[in-house]
Amino acid sequence: MKRYIDLFREKKIIIDRFCNPLLNFFRKKAFENFQKFLFCYNSKDYNNTHITAFLGIGKMEFEELLKVKIDPHIVFCCGIPYLNSYIQHFVLNGYCLSYKIKKYEQKKSFNFFSGSLNKFAEQYPNVFLKYYNKQSDFKGDILSAFNTMFIQDGYVLYIPKNVIVEDPIQLNSMISWNVNLLVNKRILIILEERAQAKLFVCDHTINNESFFSFVQVVEIYLEKQAVFDFYELEKNTKKTIRLTQSFVSQMDGSKLTTSTITLNNFITQNKYIVDLNSECAESNIHGLTIIDEKQKIDNFVVINHNAPKCSSNSIHKYVLDDESVGSFSGKITVANNACKTKAYQSNRNILSSDTCQMYSNPQLEINVDNVDCSHGASTGYLDELALFYMRSRGIPNNDANYLLKLAFISDILKEIKMKELKNQLQLLVNKYFKKKLTKC
Amino acid sequence: MLIIKNLHTSVNGKKVLNGLDLQIHAGEVHAIMGPNGSGKSTLSAVLVGNPAYKITEGEIFFEGQNLLSFLPEERSYLGIFLSFQYPIELPGVSMVNFMRTAINEHRRYKGEKPLTSVDFLKKIKKTQSIVQLGEDLINRSVNEGFSGGEKKRNEIFQMAMFSPKLSILDETDSGLDIDALRIVADGINKLKSTNNAIIIITHYKRLLDYICPDLVHILYNGRIIKTGDLSLALELEKKGYDWLKL
Ligand SMILES: Nc1ncnc2c1ncn2[C@@H]1O[C@H](COP(=O)(O)OP(=O)(O)O)[C@@H](O)[C@H]1O
Ligand SMILES: [Mg+2]
Repeated sequence: MKRYIDLFREKKIIIDRFCNPLLNFFRKKAFENFQKFLFCYNSKDYNNTHITAFLGIGKMEFEELLKVKIDPHIVFCCGIPYLNSYIQHFVLNGYCLSYKIKKYEQKKSFNFFSGSLNKFAEQYPNVFLKYYNKQSDFKGDILSAFNTMFIQDGYVLYIPKNVIVEDPIQLNSMISWNVNLLVNKRILIILEERAQAKLFVCDHTINNESFFSFVQVVEIYLEKQAVFDFYELEKNTKKTIRLTQSFVSQMDGSKLTTSTITLNNFITQNKYIVDLNSECAESNIHGLTIIDEKQKIDNFVVINHNAPKCSSNSIHKYVLDDESVGSFSGKITVANNACKTKAYQSNRNILSSDTCQMYSNPQLEINVDNVDCSHGASTGYLDELALFYMRSRGIPNNDANYLLKLAFISDILKEIKMKELKNQLQLLVNKYFKKKLTKC
Repeated sequence: MLIIKNLHTSVNGKKVLNGLDLQIHAGEVHAIMGPNGSGKSTLSAVLVGNPAYKITEGEIFFEGQNLLSFLPEERSYLGIFLSFQYPIELPGVSMVNFMRTAINEHRRYKGEKPLTSVDFLKKIKKTQSIVQLGEDLINRSVNEGFSGGEKKRNEIFQMAMFSPKLSILDETDSGLDIDALRIVADGINKLKSTNNAIIIITHYKRLLDYICPDLVHILYNGRIIKTGDLSLALELEKKGYDWLKL
């Protein structure tokens, strides 16, 4: 980690040259934080992934990354769900490309912003300053400081007051490079009062030869009564390390639904910190992990009920096979003024082999009476009785297995409100389970 | 149709059946009665090939074939059906998907093409009326949130879908109210023919009043100790099992 102090000092001028001054403004403080964190850094905070090692895997590049272009048609060949939405964005190695599909260009004017972080800082400096890095600085750790120091571009979705965007927006966030690479990614989402939008982000690494790792910071701000659906699919190569921190801040009556789906990766760490800051905010944080071989994933979900009458619902499911390792840590904290809180947290896992491992640690911390909170976790093999019941009706063992796994994850897919995405994910998952069956 | 010779089984290290003999011919209805824990459900589990039950001695022939060499799903294709004493809930597996997968596997075994969706739905409709299983139940997950009676009716519905040669009804009448009992009994009677056989495992005579068995067996400590006609069931109901003890 220490070498990044020198690297930052050495490269700062180059980084600054390509970025908007407002973006550069935040680097100094982040650099100070980074050094502070480094001093008291405790690798125990991450029980299963040792981030320091991963950050060392790839080299960082700066100006060279800007020159790469990508053909979207090639991208969709690799099984990325393609939504027929009217906005398709591409982020390549952290840079937001200006490529848009035709349908998008036909629409004349937009009453919202969807595009590059640098461009956003230029067009909406006041909004940028109001939100950018606010949560990351306050709730973040060494990784978010690292990200803010080195970040060069990212994606912004900004929906002003009262604007409702019906069509889903798709962001294809890719990494492609011919040697090992370390990338910073950034997503900033702002929905002002009563704004509504749906975003689907697909994470995808293209080169099978190189190791990639990336550090991503996502900041989500939902003002009063804003409604936001956020779906993330990780479909990286089995040589990709993803370290993501997502910070959510919700105001009165706002509603967030998010699903994070992990299918292909090497090592993943997803950390969600959600703050329900005023009354009647609702947060649904879902996760689905289907992994095998030597894949690894850590999901952390922290939900802070800071105001009365908010509700949160966190459901995480894992299907593990081979020697994969899964981990879930959840923490719900109900503040002493947050009466009438409704909080539900569940983590359920299926082990498909004797060699996979699952660590589950759901926690509740309640500091007030009059709340409705519950949590639960279960880990086990597929139900023998259920399998036998199906076989006794003539469904062969493998198919019974397949049906039970699909059934297990069905409630997570059901929650996905983008119909097209839901169907395509269903197909992806079906294919995955089928493939597993023919292997054994 | 079915010949069981000197069957000994154990489950989780416990000996349950000790030399059970039974013969059933096509067209027959056999009732098996006996106190709790005597091995009735064990017998049905062994017949459908539940891997938790180990056969330590004895043989079972079904239509001349060595039944013990077949997998559970294959026994289903051969025409053996068990109505479970405790039907299993399958949350997230829809009844329609469950039945369609099963029916098409049966067809594949026979070398037939899968049913089209239309034909499948027709078959469901036709079968539904036999046990009066409501539309809403068909559209739910298998047995999930079904009442006890609904689960039992669902078992008979599945029996009707497969038209099995040998049906084993393990306490299908337990927990049914009078109306439900009649519906289930009517259903079973409709499915009865000279080509198939039924084993009814029960504690009560009341189901046997609807479906008259050809033979009534008493299973006690893992063996059939007495066989008779319907009057034996009547006697049991009056006297209990105590008089059988030597
Ligand atoms: N899966 C099992 N594990 C352990 N013991 C079992 C199991 N199934 C049955 N048994 C035992 O075998 C005996 C016979 O059970 P069962 O066949 O269910 O009886 P019945 O159906 O006649 O009431 C009982 O003593 C029961 O406890
Ligand atoms: Mg029993």
